[in-house]
Amino acid sequence: MTLCITNARYLGALVDVFVKGGLIENMIQAGHHKADAGTEVFDAQGQVLFPSFIDCHVHLREPGYEYKEDVASGLQAAVHGGFGAVMCMANTKPVNDCAAVTEYILQAARKAFPQGGPHVYPVGAATVGLLGQEMAPLAELAQAGCVAISNDGHSMENSELMRRVMEYAADLKRIVIDHCEDASLARGTHMNEGITSGMIGVKGQPDVGEALHVARDILLADYLDLPVHIAHVSCKRAVDLIRWGKARGVKVTAETCPHYLLLDDSALENYGTNAKVNPPLRTPADVAALREAVKDGTIDIFVTDHAPHAAHEKECPLDEAPNGFTGLDLALSLTYTLVREGFLQEADLERLWSRKPAEIFDLPVNMFAPGDPANFFLFDPEARWLVSPETIYSKSCNTPYAGQELRGRVSAHWLEGKRIF
Amino acid sequence: MENDKAYLWSHKDLLDVTQLSLPDVTHILDLAASFELVNQRPVKKVPTLKGKSIVLFFAENSTRTKTSFDVAGKRLSADTFSLAKSGSSISKGESLQDTVWTLQAMNPDVIVIRHSSSGAAQFIAERLQCGVVNGGDGWHAHPTQALLDCFTLRRAWQGQFAGKTLLIAGDIAHSRVARSNVHLLTKLGVNVRICAPRTLLPAGRQTWPVEYFDTLRDAVKGVDAVMCLRLQLERMLDGLLPDLAEYSRRFCLTPELLSLANSQAPVLHPGPINRGMEIAAAVADGAQSRILDQVAAGVATRMAVLYLLAQRKDGGNK
Repeated sequence: MTLCITNARYLGALVDVFVKGGLIENMIQAGHHKADAGTEVFDAQGQVLFPSFIDCHVHLREPGYEYKEDVASGLQAAVHGGFGAVMCMANTKPVNDCAAVTEYILQAARKAFPQGGPHVYPVGAATVGLLGQEMAPLAELAQAGCVAISNDGHSMENSELMRRVMEYAADLKRIVIDHCEDASLARGTHMNEGITSGMIGVKGQPDVGEALHVARDILLADYLDLPVHIAHVSCKRAVDLIRWGKARGVKVTAETCPHYLLLDDSALENYGTNAKVNPPLRTPADVAALREAVKDGTIDIFVTDHAPHAAHEKECPLDEAPNGFTGLDLALSLTYTLVREGFLQEADLERLWSRKPAEIFDLPVNMFAPGDPANFFLFDPEARWLVSPETIYSKSCNTPYAGQELRGRVSAHWLEGKRIF
Repeated sequence: MENDKAYLWSHKDLLDVTQLSLPDVTHILDLAASFELVNQRPVKKVPTLKGKSIVLFFAENSTRTKTSFDVAGKRLSADTFSLAKSGSSISKGESLQDTVWTLQAMNPDVIVIRHSSSGAAQFIAERLQCGVVNGGDGWHAHPTQALLDCFTLRRAWQGQFAGKTLLIAGDIAHSRVARSNVHLLTKLGVNVRICAPRTLLPAGRQTWPVEYFDTLRDAVKGVDAVMCLRLQLERMLDGLLPDLAEYSRRFCLTPELLSLANSQAPVLHPGPINRGMEIAAAVADGAQSRILDQVAAGVATRMAVLYLLAQRKDGGNK
């Protein structure tokens, strides 16, 4: 069976894409080759074509927190947000620190899309129960299908253990993703420490707590000559350290999230729990530094850190609310605003959301070359939609954008040549 | 009690002094002065709020503020009801949201809330139709305390605020009293100084309209009033201070230090005081102490606030 997507706008040019057997056959200038009889033709009408994105940092909440999200709803949110693959963190209940949990997650993904759908790549816990005390069985996790190792949700307070996890994971060809936060500096905090926290009387988390662990990880990676990946970078101090590490030749890679490029801690001045996230929204100077870092490659990839929480969990005073934003449904609409502003190009989004994530974690990716998996979607940059529980596919609508109108939405998505929606 | 005929109280709630205009502040203080006269009569009760219900929802321990609101409500003939944290559904794990709905169902006219979470008063005010008075939320705000301090200072300074200098000494970072007083008194033209060890100063203080001192001796020189804040013992456990004796050596307001202030400078303290810790007993009990005046001012000021919020629903306050 063959498929032809005609009149799609890819990096500014109108193209036709030919698909055969779930793979890209070729991509050519629009209208230069007539599809053979029997080919299914889809007229993209000039909508923007992207390869399916890969989100290397999500929380699917299953097993254990299905009231926030489950694998099926999380994957619906993913495909409707343009993601063909997600890497899900281990802080489920039970924690993904053994093969049984990894296999459970993979099975849930197969059940959600029995005919084939988005890829779920579990991330195995670095330590048993994410408690930061004993190393989890990393080889067992890798063999069961975990593509990376992380203690995400919790910091690695024990530097010796962090070092050993990096070494042990290296033998398994797995990268360690570190949630950087100094626990003593972050304890009891609910937002960034700064002008807003001082004004509204909320205990703040200084960005140095994040930067301290970034520095430690870079020095460990330097010393061991091993890779390390820094999760959800939120502040300038961390960016400066990563830039220094890269210039020195350290194998450090880093991610950031759309919200760290678009929002600052003033979003919390009215105690909005939907603006509470960890790491917290920082200052306008941090936002500016992160944008520069995304542009110059210091930050390698975008991730959503999709962290759904049920509405009732956020309906409370700020200091009682859990951290995190739902993100998969909104990610492209939010990051496309940077293209609209002229700060990034569509090619940058493709790099940050697709090519680089695949490169860092050694995952299959579509670069529209013959033989690549036919994973791609169409994006209508002019579509306007209101962010609400009714319009998103995630079970939870905990985002500072709830109730706001966003511009641009994914209109159709194909995985391995099959239309998912 | 109403001088400016054009003035109209327009607020559903009193959450922080930042929401108040200068005419609002003047109006509250004038109203409090008239209620103060009621409090000095043999029969200390007026029928003003007869039939109104005031719920005192204190989810954090408090004796003086709660009693002050209770007395204020009763002297206006309102019915006051207490809902404390211990023994209530709050201690059984009920969420604030559910408590709010329960309170709403009782259809009170005003709710006074004290809560350990900054922003809790705003949280319930956004969800309730009745008036909400913030009786202290976390480290954020304590507007009636700032108003009663203002009332006390107005009397001590004979109505003059502009150009006066007030020193607030003690734990600024964790103090809702300090935040509300900084906002209110700087709005009135008072120069505010703060003095505390750096570990007890708030983040972002460089944007605050205050002058910072790290030694009490320098801070107190030439001020027109001193406000001491209570030192909470838990600050030491949090590692913010070495020990209490050292704190008191550096930051206790002694008669000798007070003598560096302008003569007759009043001394305020929101209470309860730690004698010998942030304030020497001789100062607390001395001629310049206005601590007990503050308590009396508290009842009068809260009468004014309760009156304004409870009457608002009836279409104005005339």
